[in-house]
Amino acid sequence: MNGATPNPSAAALQSRFGAAIAGTHMSCGDTIVVVARGRAHEILRWLKETPTEAYEYLVDVTAVEYRDRERPLEVVYQLWSLSRKVFLRVKVELPKGEPLTVDSIVDLWRGADWLEREVFDLFGITFRGHPDLRRILMWDGYLEGHPLRKDFPLRGRFSRAEQVRQALTKTPEAHHSAEELAVAAAFQRVSDDSRERLERAGPGGGT
Amino acid sequence: MGEKRTLELELATPGVDAQGRPIRVPLGVAGGERAEGPDLRSELMLINIGPQHPATHGVLRLVVELDGEVVVRVIPHIGYLHSGFEKLGEYRHYNQIIPLTDRTDYLAAPSNNVALALAAEKLMGIAITPRCTVLRVIACEMSRIMSHLVWAGTTAIDLGAFTVFLWSWQQREGIYDLLEEWCGARLTTSLTRVGGMMADVPDGWTAKLRAWLAALPKTLDEVDTMLARNGIWLGRTQDIGVVTATEAVNRSLSGPMLRASGVAYDVRKDRPYLGYETYDFEVPVGEHGDVYDRYLVRMEEMRQSMQILHQALDRLPDGPVNADDPRVILPPKHRAMSDMEAMIYHFKQVMEGVSAPVGEAYLAVESPKGELGNYFVSDGTAKPVRWRIRPPSFINLQALPFMAQGHLLSDLIAINASVDIVMGEIDR
Repeated sequence: MNGATPNPSAAALQSRFGAAIAGTHMSCGDTIVVVARGRAHEILRWLKETPTEAYEYLVDVTAVEYRDRERPLEVVYQLWSLSRKVFLRVKVELPKGEPLTVDSIVDLWRGADWLEREVFDLFGITFRGHPDLRRILMWDGYLEGHPLRKDFPLRGRFSRAEQVRQALTKTPEAHHSAEELAVAAAFQRVSDDSRERLERAGPGGGT
Repeated sequence: MGEKRTLELELATPGVDAQGRPIRVPLGVAGGERAEGPDLRSELMLINIGPQHPATHGVLRLVVELDGEVVVRVIPHIGYLHSGFEKLGEYRHYNQIIPLTDRTDYLAAPSNNVALALAAEKLMGIAITPRCTVLRVIACEMSRIMSHLVWAGTTAIDLGAFTVFLWSWQQREGIYDLLEEWCGARLTTSLTRVGGMMADVPDGWTAKLRAWLAALPKTLDEVDTMLARNGIWLGRTQDIGVVTATEAVNRSLSGPMLRASGVAYDVRKDRPYLGYETYDFEVPVGEHGDVYDRYLVRMEEMRQSMQILHQALDRLPDGPVNADDPRVILPPKHRAMSDMEAMIYHFKQVMEGVSAPVGEAYLAVESPKGELGNYFVSDGTAKPVRWRIRPPSFINLQALPFMAQGHLLSDLIAINASVDIVMGEIDR
């Protein structure tokens, strides 16, 4: 593993980006770099494309919310350099009370597509510039919120009876992608709220 | 046609209308671009595969747009098996999470158990005993073989070769018998504990594993004889679902999916855990990144796993399986009942759990499906603040629409099978 010495990329980031690096620390032998939200995309691109860093493999994108309600949410990027065999964790802090948004990195790694959708689905964090940001594990019309948030009770917000009622009365279009909605619209068989989503996606159902 | 009828309901009909003509769903009528022009393409057809379909290997639903028989677009829908494991983990002690991991990749439960225990041990800074380390290697490699056997069987059956399914299932049965002797369970093993194992292997078990290993090459050779140079198999798998090395890395593929594309990334070699650097084994790598190379890679991985198992059995040391750490390891029952101190430790562990220090740990293992990571964030209590599984099948599956574009519908089945998905892990 990386041992107890910090990953040199942390120092390189600090000298290159200065104030945009909010801090670096170690935990269990892994180096963690916290970066400013507005420059996360730029920093991740630099980490991917600079030959001396070469973090070309995106291992994971996820988010963390702490039990301490004051602490900001974190979006966590796990990076791996296939050529240099080095592991790095980059975090972006999203303070509560502000809109939970961060730039999408799908343009850097296609593999981030579903990972960001999952974070959006389960945490409610919006990824700006994501081509198809919709729920992935829960269905699109899911009303109870974002299950992995700490204010979401383990058994869900609604009673069991209400959950069953919702599931049975759910319009199946709610889970459609924009493309499928475009097909359904051709048959004039789209509910009003889904139609709204279709219009947002643009003609032909977007991408 | 009532108001409530949806597109899928219509697609779920036998596919012919009252006059006996096939029902076709023209796409792009709203946009209008495809409806005009002297385009020789026929009307596009939308078909729905799954969620209840044997070729989707679980409850995967694919909405496929077809031009004749050619796949224009695939839209996967997942989440039918979502059980909120990661949320449940935040309400459980570290050892109580282990049964949840059985149910993620249920075709290779022991390697999930090992992955979780290793991540928790990294977080807590616990060193495991030499015997435990080797037993875990054995568990991991057994799961690789049993998962790949299921893969070979189901993929062959998807492509029309039923016999392979029977041969591989028979061998897999042998592993399940061995697991049953080891821990009492066949599918949901819950084999590990933080700091050790659920149990040591019973007497005579290693001899049985050796006997089983001696019989396995025959099955693998038979499968190879049946498939490796079979004209139908080659035609169905070669140049199907090709992913280049650059694309594979860009799409974060891992495991055999990535290695079949020619990228030799194996967590066992690159970030060794459980002393994998001391074992002599090769990482098979493909050249073309097609379904056939994925087949070759998985077959060779089984042979390499056999080598690792032989080496592990040769070096299996005597000694305790559980770490000598009363904080995390339950005292034996007879001591808990007779010794005051042991009883206190027993009580505290069962009632309060083992608290981890403040911090976070990510640890990945090479599961049969790819890089399986467990990411724990702890605030110092006995339950994690966040438990994240990095699910290899989930990330591999998202490349399916990309791989299937332009292939025939029947090739989509082959490509989907080659990803080796397990919905328990994808939906969690």
